[in-house]
Amino acid sequence: MLSHNQLRQGTRVEIDNMPWIIIDAQFVKPGKGQAFTKIKIKNLTDGRVIERTFKSSETVSKADVMDKSMQYLYSDGEFWHFMDPDSYEQVALTKKQVGNTTLWLREQETYEVTLWKDKAIAVIPPPFVILDITQCDPGIKGDTVSGATKPATLETGAVIKVPLFVNEGERVRVDTRTGQYVERAK
Amino acid sequence: MVTTISPSLSWQPAATLETLKARAGIIALIREFFQDRGVLEVTTPVLVSAVAPERHQNPQICRDGFLHSSPETAMKRLVAAGFGSIFQICPVFRADEAGRLHNPEFTMLEWYRPGFEMEELMVEVGELVQSLLNCPLPVKLTFREAFQKYVGIDPLTSPLGEMAKKIVGQPPEGLDRIGLTDLLLVDQLEPALKKQGGSFFLTDYPAWDPAMAEVDIGPPALARRFELYIDGVELANGYQELTDSQEQEQRLKSVNQQRLEDGRQLLPIDNNFLEALKSGLPRCAGVALGVDRLIMLALLKDSIADVMAFPVDRA
Repeated sequence: MLSHNQLRQGTRVEIDNMPWIIIDAQFVKPGKGQAFTKIKIKNLTDGRVIERTFKSSETVSKADVMDKSMQYLYSDGEFWHFMDPDSYEQVALTKKQVGNTTLWLREQETYEVTLWKDKAIAVIPPPFVILDITQCDPGIKGDTVSGATKPATLETGAVIKVPLFVNEGERVRVDTRTGQYVERAK
Repeated sequence: MVTTISPSLSWQPAATLETLKARAGIIALIREFFQDRGVLEVTTPVLVSAVAPERHQNPQICRDGFLHSSPETAMKRLVAAGFGSIFQICPVFRADEAGRLHNPEFTMLEWYRPGFEMEELMVEVGELVQSLLNCPLPVKLTFREAFQKYVGIDPLTSPLGEMAKKIVGQPPEGLDRIGLTDLLLVDQLEPALKKQGGSFFLTDYPAWDPAMAEVDIGPPALARRFELYIDGVELANGYQELTDSQEQEQRLKSVNQQRLEDGRQLLPIDNNFLEALKSGLPRCAGVALGVDRLIMLALLKDSIADVMAFPVDRA
């Protein structure tokens, strides 16, 4: 159990039988009055954000949540399947649970799957992934304007902006947190 | 908010050199302000055998007693001893308080004016902050008026439980009228005063917990207490000081009783303080002002940590 002054940004808590991550925590107290901690929390299963206020005598449960490195296997359209490479145990996530991570999913790659009470609820991509460009118009010859970009479609369906010298069939490193091109990869 | 700093960076000061120079300059100006007015600077012990019990404060306990949460009782002993107008700038300690406007150790400016009525002291407080912040003199507003005007409730008569649900969403369970008022104060009134901007004296507090203030019996009973808010930041708390030793003893005991009911430890009663009141505390007004918050406002910083060399996460 966490006391109200242990509620910190990044801590994962269980409230209303749901797992949440604290995205902001403010300690407030009138000089002569009682103390409160106001937290902004994001639901780990559906991403919704709410605010809650706790008084100093209240405690909050830590969420029974852990992240496990798992290999992405495949999607059957309804579920996205991952496997624990140590135990070969498989878990399946729904489209909603996978969310935007679908943009960066490549088979055989390793992702962080969030387990709540041993059930998969979300998946986080690594900060950088390497993906093939499946469609991209050639850059116009002689166009040397620095910083100019063009759209490129990746094997996962994600569309990113790449520099003009990058071509279809090449592989690129992408920052999954910003969705931005980083560099060409081998 | 308390965040964890990587060990390789936590040796470094939180405040810049420029900020610490400005801080030193402001503290020098405070001393000059009081020297010009013939107020004597004093030093009372930080390590004490008893702190004034407060319902909602956890004292810092150490081997030989407590680290004081305010120099109030010791300074009143000096006033009772006939030492006249006095001020002090010192560190004070409150366990478990850390946030944008809180640190378990912070700097307090506290002063006492024998012969002053509370209103005269408010003028002096206004002049001090005006000289340091270059702001207009604070506007007076009663506690009830402030809530009526900025939150749309009357803390004494509105159905606060229902209204808190509408305003706050999901307030903590089990709050009484005083607790709900505290919640609406920090959740609604302070942000509204911040949005409004400017300086306010809140006065005429309900006598729910008069602590060491004189009380007008009313009805409604009101504490002769004021608080200074600047841009929504609670900066100072002042009283027409209670001089009746029996009444004071009674209040300290009842605070201890409340602490027991709240599941907090009992605190020793400060007999030296009560003896001083018995021997005769001159009629006086006194005020405590948070120096870190004042400097934060003067330098347009967002948090008191920005104006401290080493706030709690680096201390």
